[in-house]
Formats: sequence, C-alpha cells, structure tokens
Amino acid sequence: MSFLNYLINGLSLGSVYAIIALGYTMVYGIAKMLNFAHGDIIMIGSYIVYTCMSMAGLHPAVSVLCAVAGCLLLGVVTERVAYRPLRGASSSLAVLITAIGVSYLLQNIALLTFGAEPKAFTTLIGWKGISLFDGALMIRGTTIVTIGASLLILVGLELFINYTKNGQAMLAVAQDKGAATLMGIDVNKTIALTFAIGSSLAAVAGVLLCSAYPTITPYIGAMPGIKAFVAAVFGGIGSIPGAMIGGLVLGIVEILSRTYISSQLADAIVFGILIVVLLVKPTGLLGKRVMEKV
Amino acid sequence: MKKKLPEKYGFLFVIFLFWLVLTLLSRAGMLTSHFSSLLVPMTYYAIAAVALNLCVGILGELSIGHAGFMCIGAFSSAIFSLLTRQILPGGVRFFLAFVVGILFAALFGFLIGIPVLRLKGDYLAIVTLAFGEIIKNILQAVYLGVDADGVHIALNMTDFRLSPDGITLIKGAQGVSGTPRDSSFTVAVIVLLLSLIIVQNLIDSRDGRAIMSIRDNRIAAEATGIHVTHYKMLAFTISAAIAGAAGVLFSHNVTTMTNISNYFGYNASIMLLVYVVLGGIGNIRGSVVAAMILYLLPEMMRGLNRYRMLIYAIVLILMMLFNWAPALVALRKKLWQRIRDRRPAVGKEA
Amino acid sequence: MALLSIDHLSISFGGLSAVYNFEMELEKGELHGLIGPNGAGKTTVFNLLTGVYRPDEGIIRLDGTDITGHAPAQISGEGVARTFQNIRLFKALSVIDNVKVGLHARFPYGTLAGVLRLPSYRRMEKEIDDKAMEILEVFDLGDKRDVLSSNLPYGAQRKLEIARAMATDPKLLLLDEPAAGMNPGETGELMDTIRSIRDRFDLTILLIEHDMKLVSGICERLTVLNFGQILAHGETRQVLNDPEVIKAYLGD
Repeated sequence: MSFLNYLINGLSLGSVYAIIALGYTMVYGIAKMLNFAHGDIIMIGSYIVYTCMSMAGLHPAVSVLCAVAGCLLLGVVTERVAYRPLRGASSSLAVLITAIGVSYLLQNIALLTFGAEPKAFTTLIGWKGISLFDGALMIRGTTIVTIGASLLILVGLELFINYTKNGQAMLAVAQDKGAATLMGIDVNKTIALTFAIGSSLAAVAGVLLCSAYPTITPYIGAMPGIKAFVAAVFGGIGSIPGAMIGGLVLGIVEILSRTYISSQLADAIVFGILIVVLLVKPTGLLGKRVMEKV
Repeated sequence: MKKKLPEKYGFLFVIFLFWLVLTLLSRAGMLTSHFSSLLVPMTYYAIAAVALNLCVGILGELSIGHAGFMCIGAFSSAIFSLLTRQILPGGVRFFLAFVVGILFAALFGFLIGIPVLRLKGDYLAIVTLAFGEIIKNILQAVYLGVDADGVHIALNMTDFRLSPDGITLIKGAQGVSGTPRDSSFTVAVIVLLLSLIIVQNLIDSRDGRAIMSIRDNRIAAEATGIHVTHYKMLAFTISAAIAGAAGVLFSHNVTTMTNISNYFGYNASIMLLVYVVLGGIGNIRGSVVAAMILYLLPEMMRGLNRYRMLIYAIVLILMMLFNWAPALVALRKKLWQRIRDRRPAVGKEA
Repeated sequence: MALLSIDHLSISFGGLSAVYNFEMELEKGELHGLIGPNGAGKTTVFNLLTGVYRPDEGIIRLDGTDITGHAPAQISGEGVARTFQNIRLFKALSVIDNVKVGLHARFPYGTLAGVLRLPSYRRMEKEIDDKAMEILEVFDLGDKRDVLSSNLPYGAQRKLEIARAMATDPKLLLLDEPAAGMNPGETGELMDTIRSIRDRFDLTILLIEHDMKLVSGICERLTVLNFGQILAHGETRQVLNDPEVIKAYLGD
C-alpha cells in the first residue's frame, strides 16, 4: 500500500512538473528558445503569493490571482525587453545566454528583497484529503488539487490551441515564422501571448509546488525548472501531451528513486533519464522529426 | 596570418611578466597573505575560462556545466595523490596527478559529447547542466576508500566498512581531505601558458578552421567535407580536459574539498560564463583578463559582494543585447562605416 | 560513361511528393541547367545529390560509384561540391580561411601536428596558403584575402562561395542560383568565370538558375522540373522553345 502512496505522491509532483513543462515546451516550440528563466518565474510567483497573504493579508484566491497576473506581466516584459531584440541574431547562443542572465537576475532580486533564509509558506489548500481502505491509503487534498489542476490545464490548452484563432496562430508561428507573417499573423504578438500563457502557468505551478513543499527560497524555481525541461524533452519538445506525460513520468521516477534507491541520488537519476532519451530517441516520446531547410 | 604572431606570443609574454612581478613582490614580502592566497585561484579560473571559451566561442556550443569538468579533474587527481602520497616523490606525483585529472575530465567530456553533439539544437546547454548536477550529487553522496581488502564504496557511513589502516578517499558530504598542497602560483601560470598555447595553436590550424566553420554554418561545413561530429567532439573533449587541469590546481590548493556545490555547482559554471562573455566570446585572451579582474575585484572590495551577482546578471544581459541584437549590430556597423569613410582606409580587420 | 547518373530518384515530405522519379545523365565536362518554376523541387534535387536528404527511392551514381544515402561530408570527399541559394559562408572567418576550410580534406595533418607545430604542420600550412591564394586569384579575390567574409559585397560573397567549393577539388559542381541578386554586369562576369573554371579544372557543372540570359548563354543542355517531375530535357534552345515549358513558366 505504501508503494501506492509513493506513486500518488509521484503523480502529484509530476503534475507540477507537467505544468511547468507545458510552459517550457510552448515557448520552445513557438519562439524556438530555451527559456532558462522559466523556472525562476515559478519562484517569483511563490513570493508574490507569500507577500500577498503573509504581509498584505489578502484572501488566498486573490493572492493566487495576483501571482498569475504578476508572472504574466513579468513573462511578457522579459520577452519584450530581453528576448525580442535578439530574435534573428546570427547565433542562438545570444538569446540562450541572455535567458541565463534573466534567470540570475530574478534570483538575485529575490535574494536582495527577501533574503536567503527560507520563508514558510502556508498552504492554500485547507482540504485534508480522502482516506481509503480504512486509512491505509491517504490522499492529501493538495495532491488531488494538483493532479486535477494539471488535467484541467492540459485540456484547456489543447482546446485553446486547436479551436481558437490565437491558438491556430501559435501553431502557424511554430511551423514557419516567415509564412505565418505572410498569412497576416502578428508573430511578435503571438510569441508574447505564448510567454504570457507559459508564465501564468508557471505561477500556478509555483503555488502548487509550495503547497506541497511549503518553504520558499530564491532558488526553489531553478531545479524544478530544469527537471521540467527534461520532462519536455522526454515527452518530445513542442508537444503538449508529450510535456504532460513527460512530467508525470519524471515525477514518479523521482519519488520512487528517492524512496527505494537513495534520496541524494534521485536528481542524478532524473538527469540520467535525459541523457538516455537523447541517446535513444532524441525527438522524445511524441516529438516529430523536423526537417531542416537548406 | 603573419601579423597575428607577435600579438599571440606577446600576450604569453605579458602573462610571464605578470608572474615575474607578482613573484618578486611576494618574495620581497610586499603582498598581503590574503592577496597571495588569491593568486592560484585567479589563475585556475582563468584556465577554466579559456577552456569554456573554446567550447562557447570557437565551437559555438553553450556549456553550463564546465565547473563539473573542473570537479572531475579535482576529485580524480586528489584521489590519485592520496593513493600515491607515500609512494611517489612530490614533483612526479603532481605531474601524474595532472595526467590523471586531465584524462578523466577528457573522458567525461567525450562521454557526454556522444549523446549530445550529434544533435542539432541547444541540447548541450541543458545536458552539461544536468551533468554538473549529477556529478555533484554523486560525489556528495558517495563514500570511497581502500584498505588491504580492496576498494570500499558505499552510499552511507554505516555501510562504509573501511579498516582503520585504510585510506579514506571520499567521505560523503565531507568530501576529500588530506590532498597534498602541491599547487603554486608558478605551476598555475605554467599550466595557463600551456593551455593558451594549445588553444591558440589549435584555433590557428586546420582543425581550428574546421571547428569554427561548424560554428559559423554547420550545413556549409558538412558540404565542404568537414566531419561535423568528429570536430565537435574534439573541441569539446579538449575543452573539458583543460577545465580538468584547472580542477587539479584547485584540489591541490585547498587540501580539503567540502561543500563542493559552492565551487562546482551551477553558480560556478555561470561565473565562468560571465568571464567568457565579458572577455569577449571567442576572444581567448579576453577570457584570461576578464577572469583575473573579475575574480580579484570582488575579493578586494568586499562591500560589493552583496550586489556582485546582481551586477553580473545585468551585465550579462546588456552585453548580449549590445553585441548580438540585430538592430544594434546594424547601428554599430553604420557608425563604423561613417568613421571609416572619414579616415583613409587602413585595411584592417575588426 | 556518364559522370553523374541518377535513376528513379524520389523523396516526399509528410506524404507530399517533392521530387518524383527524377532521372539525369551528365556527361563529363557538361554544363547543364536545372530550371523550373519556384517550388518545383530544384534545390531538393541538390540536397539529395549532396546527402542533406536521403532519398526514398532511386540511385545516384558518380563516376560509376553508388553514392546514394552517403553523408554530406563523405559526398564532398567523393567529388561533389555545391553553393547555396541563400549564401552560406563562414561569416566570422576571413576570405582566405573560407577557402582553406575547403582545402581541409586535401592536406590532412593531424591535430597534434597542429597543436605542437610539428614540421608537417609548417609544410602543409604553406601549401594550403599557396593553394588557397591560387584559387582566390582565379576569382579575383586575392587582394581581399584577410577581409572578414561577411564584410564582402554581395557579388563577391557569391564568388567566394564558388571558390570555397572549388577548393574541395570536385568532379561535379552544383551551383544554386549563382546569379541571384546580381546586376547584369556582374552576371556577365559570372558567366565568364563559370565557363573558365569548367575548362580550366575539367569540371562538370549543374546549375539552378532563373536568369534566362545566363541559362541560355552558358548551358549546353537543360532539364526542366515542374511539381517535382521532369517536364522536359534536352538541348537548351530546343527546351526553351518547348510549348509545355513556356506554359509552365507563364501559366495557362
């Protein structure tokens, strides 16, 4: 029964990874850039919620909305100021290094504002959860909400992309920026929208992550961010269902190896997966091979 | 081509002079012990920055796990030195420690290169990052030692049954201790000079041109007969090897290596990247100067330390925007043109 | 025997046939044009010939050897060189270094020789330098040897790309729209250069071009591609007067 418990914990962590990975994979698919700062937006989102609740005494729901709005704005602003000017640069290194700079900037702003000591995060989900088999299997409320939220987001995104004009524009930009422009699509606006969605998702992920592991430091975003990227590669970068599956698999692998192998080596095992995937199937589970134009 | 020669060797000479002056000052007792203690680290960071610039600037692939290669070089050579401490004389041992550290770092560079460098896209960045984390995690978790029964390896203290007369090599999170303190400023400068000669000679050769052609246009390079994967592997492995040499200097300078995430974690790799970006991507000599100045500055001005990382982050972003944003590049080109039009042509490349 | 012979070459992308049942025989020393409307699959044929794409079907033989499916670098060594429609120079390298990359496979000293500056390095670098200059002179680029290739004017960049291709000592040279973006004067000059390198280096040349003045001026034979299939082939004048060809170009 304890195995089942761990599995559910893995699903919960995996759902958070999946939400982050969705943002990663959308930005990578559409803007063709690896946004290293994506994980740090999670951290900023968590600090916003913390500030709203502990310092301003706002209602949890309002706090979450503030975080989503704040991260959305942050995502759009960084895209506009730091990434957009580099679109079309002769080397992809430029935007990659800039993203690292942004990531570092966010971490250090948080460090100077809130200090290095961890802040206690009061969970937003009061629900104790459900107990099955006479208490042998206990599912926490946080877990249920997290898994539910990720499913909701997945379905919502799929609907948005396939059935709205903006969503179709995203697909078009992902395929071919030049052709999309010719079709009258505003590429800059579409990419900004992608960043807005990805960053809001990061805020949600931050709230869920901190509900499960209730401490905040300036560095909490970095690791989940990188792992979510591994998840996105695992599922096939650019693929939305792929990011979901990749996130879940990674979360389960992490929790199980933490439990049954070694808590210190869990991260090493997760990253080991990345290397194996790149060796065996670089396009990931659901990724498509992209033909290069010559 | 002939014009480049004095420039290239001139820089080596400048480093030699730098070494001479600092050594003389140190002999004369004119350096504080704090400053003297900075000389070796300053130099191995310069070496690591040269290594990273070979990867980023010449090969055109971003690595953010180069501190991981330093880590491999540091640990493998430290273990070698611990094992041979009683057997070999100091000089031979230290030389062989370099061989061990460099070979191990090169081996890891090669192994990491296999899955990544045949792929197109920005995978190297994330994989090197992952690699740095894996190495750090494993080395912090593992207990390693040898005694009369052979090699002992364990993941926690209770499983680690080393007889009292055995040698402890890695003690979990406490790391490695008792490494002989073999590093000196002189050795460090020699290694730096050798690294520079190797990298600059490599760049200025058939292989260097092949590597840079891949950076500039992979498809054209292939069509021109360049075996892309081969040269990517070559450059990356050499880069890892040189970072390993920096690691050897590290481990033989501190004698006790604990808290390795500070020295070899993500932050350390980013630090190296900052040196490379500020010194100029692809500008090998710039990396040396940037690493030395940026290492010494905050050490000298402790007050700056609080804001150091913040400043680096901003500088990193601004440098990239200034140097690479198409709009700014075009603007700079126009300005250059205007200046050049006013002056008689000198026939000089930028 | 033909220098290049292509049989039943086909490739499709995502179910869409890009080139279908392409056939071609090039005699040694021939100057052949590959023409057709935009999107007809001309560049795809080049990409198949140089190993950028692997064909779904068909055989490519160079001088009697099957080179189908070989990797681009290998095909370069087997004697096929090319230029690109959108110029692909090594931008951060000097003009002469671009050509030296082309000489890479012909002067193979080892990595150690380069790093340690062994005698073989000095000897071969001297030869490489001489050879590269010799090639640059052919294209009137000798005085630009140390200029950064991205700082060259457009027409000179196109010439440098051909010079780099020539450095690999090819049997077959593929030129993808060599005159694109050139003014009539430059185009005329380019025609002379193409003809003279063909004669001087005993080359076979296949070129894609839209400029009909250039095509009718230097190509001996033509192949016309439309929607991935061969529409016509034969003597230049004959093909250009073919009503089917005119219709494909001008529309119905």
